[in-house]
Amino acid sequence: MSSIGTGYDLSASQFSPDGRVFQVEYAQKAVENSGTVLGLKGKDCVVFAVEKLVTSKLYEPFSNKRTFNVDQHIGLAVSGLISDARQIVETARLEASNYRGQYGVGIPLKYLNDRLSMFMHAYTLYSAVRPYGCSAILSSYEDNKPEMYMIDPSGVSHGYTGCAIGKAKQAAKTEIEKLKLSTLDHISLVKEAARIIYLVHDELKDKQFELEMSWVGECTQGKHEKVPLNIKTEAENAARQILADDSDSDVDEI
Amino acid sequence: MQFRNQYDSDVTVWSPQGRLHQVEYAMEAVKLGSATVGLKNKTHAVIVALKRATSELSSHQKKIFPIDKHIGIAMSGLTADARMLSRYMRTECLNYKYSHDNTLPVSRLITNLGNKMQTCTQRYDRRPYGVGLLVAGYDDQGPHIYQTCPSANYFDCKAMAIGARSQSARTYLEKHLNEFMSCEVEDLIKHGLRSLRDTLPNEADLSTKNVSIGVVGKGTDFKILDEAETQRYLSEIEGDDKRTRPSDGDAPSDDRPPQDPPADPLAQDPQVAVATEERSAAMDTE
Amino acid sequence: MSMPNKADCFSSLPFWQNGPAPGAFYNFPGTAASSSNYNDCGIQRTQTPMVTGSSVIGIQYKDGIIIAADVLASYGSLARFRNCERVMKVNDNIILGAGGDYADYQYLRSLIEQKIIDEKCLDDGFTLKPKSLHCWLTRVMYNKRSNFNPLWNNFIIGGIEDGKPFLGTVDKLGTAFSDPVIATGYGAYLATPILTKAYDANSQMTEEEATNLIYKVMQVLFYRDARSFPKYHLGVISKEKGVEIRGPIEIEHNWEVSTMGRNQLR
Repeated sequence: MSSIGTGYDLSASQFSPDGRVFQVEYAQKAVENSGTVLGLKGKDCVVFAVEKLVTSKLYEPFSNKRTFNVDQHIGLAVSGLISDARQIVETARLEASNYRGQYGVGIPLKYLNDRLSMFMHAYTLYSAVRPYGCSAILSSYEDNKPEMYMIDPSGVSHGYTGCAIGKAKQAAKTEIEKLKLSTLDHISLVKEAARIIYLVHDELKDKQFELEMSWVGECTQGKHEKVPLNIKTEAENAARQILADDSDSDVDEI
Repeated sequence: MQFRNQYDSDVTVWSPQGRLHQVEYAMEAVKLGSATVGLKNKTHAVIVALKRATSELSSHQKKIFPIDKHIGIAMSGLTADARMLSRYMRTECLNYKYSHDNTLPVSRLITNLGNKMQTCTQRYDRRPYGVGLLVAGYDDQGPHIYQTCPSANYFDCKAMAIGARSQSARTYLEKHLNEFMSCEVEDLIKHGLRSLRDTLPNEADLSTKNVSIGVVGKGTDFKILDEAETQRYLSEIEGDDKRTRPSDGDAPSDDRPPQDPPADPLAQDPQVAVATEERSAAMDTE
Repeated sequence: MSMPNKADCFSSLPFWQNGPAPGAFYNFPGTAASSSNYNDCGIQRTQTPMVTGSSVIGIQYKDGIIIAADVLASYGSLARFRNCERVMKVNDNIILGAGGDYADYQYLRSLIEQKIIDEKCLDDGFTLKPKSLHCWLTRVMYNKRSNFNPLWNNFIIGGIEDGKPFLGTVDKLGTAFSDPVIATGYGAYLATPILTKAYDANSQMTEEEATNLIYKVMQVLFYRDARSFPKYHLGVISKEKGVEIRGPIEIEHNWEVSTMGRNQLR
């Protein structure tokens, strides 16, 4: 890494001679060390799937969630430093609540995305603060249309039909690109998302993980909710089955 | 020292590997404090802590603080930081009680606390709180044990131990994890004491002077047990088999509480410019 | 309930005193800290209601609580708005009825609704309880009145807490109490005696008996209270059936008796 030791990578308010802000890039590294999170937008639903790594069996299962409700109709999934992410969630909730207070309706995702990315961007401008060490994916179902955005620690955001952040984002993206997302309904989205998380999970490095899933769409009347346990379990079983079948056929080929 | 780590001077500096060294150093402060253990069954949560005295003449430093009638905390790390946090928690509980005529749910208190602690990890003019807490609480959803870290992370735990040589206690807890849920409060306290005893060096032992026990649960407001009660529990575990304790020479190198998934171990970080032997703490830790 | 990002005495101070703050780049209307610098001694706050609702009545029955209020919002003595619902569902264990200034009620309703949304977002298994809301409303009302800026309302809070019915009230002064029988406004004079008598005779009323009683009381109120209306809503909450807002229910009324009287006098 050419950046190290040059002295141009110690502050978010400083450019390197070749025009980069290294502190922001380092913050992005923090996201890449974290569990994989993916978001899939189908024809009538957005599904989040989170690979939540479990580091001790003394912890209660299904605590420290990485998917949040921002408002009734908006979901947010995060990868990176969870304590940073919770601050983003607080800000998002505040913006959503302000908007509702003023206009009497839920905030359109486009606007929330705008405000939230500007907020995160503000933390890339000063040496007195550090950029957020997390990325966020936002989802909603408005006017009978699913929507999804992803925000980087740099404050850059884009709309997506399918995106992945965290450790195995490359592998996950490759898998997502194989899907015909616009044709998938909510059940098949859940199945595909679960399958991809199981597929990209690195069993050698990270032994244990919990799959956390949430969705928003026609199936939930536009509300962001946890995927019901029975549907999730079914998807997880299917994912394990597919993985087992795959490894069998690998053996056959050899 | 060959390299001086350039990236560990401020909390606002990310290392090229995406780590925050200042925050990680603050996590080390927790391990300088003496051990404390928290565990729960179906109805109660228990915290036990090992107290230290700075000299023969001084008394033992308090490690367990009551927060509200349904919450108490045990701390490990910088005592003064813990007192700030406990003052904050007390105020939160009191405000909630004032405005809602009810006890503040433990999970919400912890969420608020986490958000408060996070701000200190993101700005130049602050440092992270150098203290780890075990929060024992009881609310409508039953008993809780939460662990909080200087990184502003927190965990909902079945049982947990933090502080110096706490790995031995965690080993005990993991081994007996399945017994806790169904056992009685008395047994829970004894489990706590046994796991705490496992953190002691060979020559030391638990006594009413250096142990405090906090209990909260269904129908029981948070209380710190008095000397007589503590003595009763201590005598009851006296005969039990002691685990072969690590010899004195054992460096507390394995003494890391579970942390965030570590960064890619292959990526070599610059060496840390902090003396590793006999580090004298700049501030008092308990 | 958490109040996100709200500065308190334990939080860090803002960054530079005058300089740019990270938040300053997203300074949207409404998020600005303070906009006005009025001199406090020159302010006269509104201390008269404008558009008002009349009585609200509530009673405890065997399995729960019933709250009723008519649909009229008067402008002074003018029956100005004739379709204003004054009984609301707060969540699955709370209902609320409001009398007094309708705008103040709408303001407070939006606060309560946001409170409920915040809580749903947390999704931590805790829901607001009637006693908590009653306490919270009392604090709000008392605080406002202590600043000489009251919300001109009477509220009745009904709900189920720990399996038992709860009925409480707060007024614009922050006076609060709970009782199995509550009536506000003119109802305090006209309805309370009827309700209390019925409750004392049979505190274990069925839902049907209670709704019939409420109907009778609302009819009495319509006959005697000049700011009332022959249409009302019912909020019914019980452990088994949860919350239901019914209505508008029409009150039968007959004024022939008044013309009879006039004829006789003539």
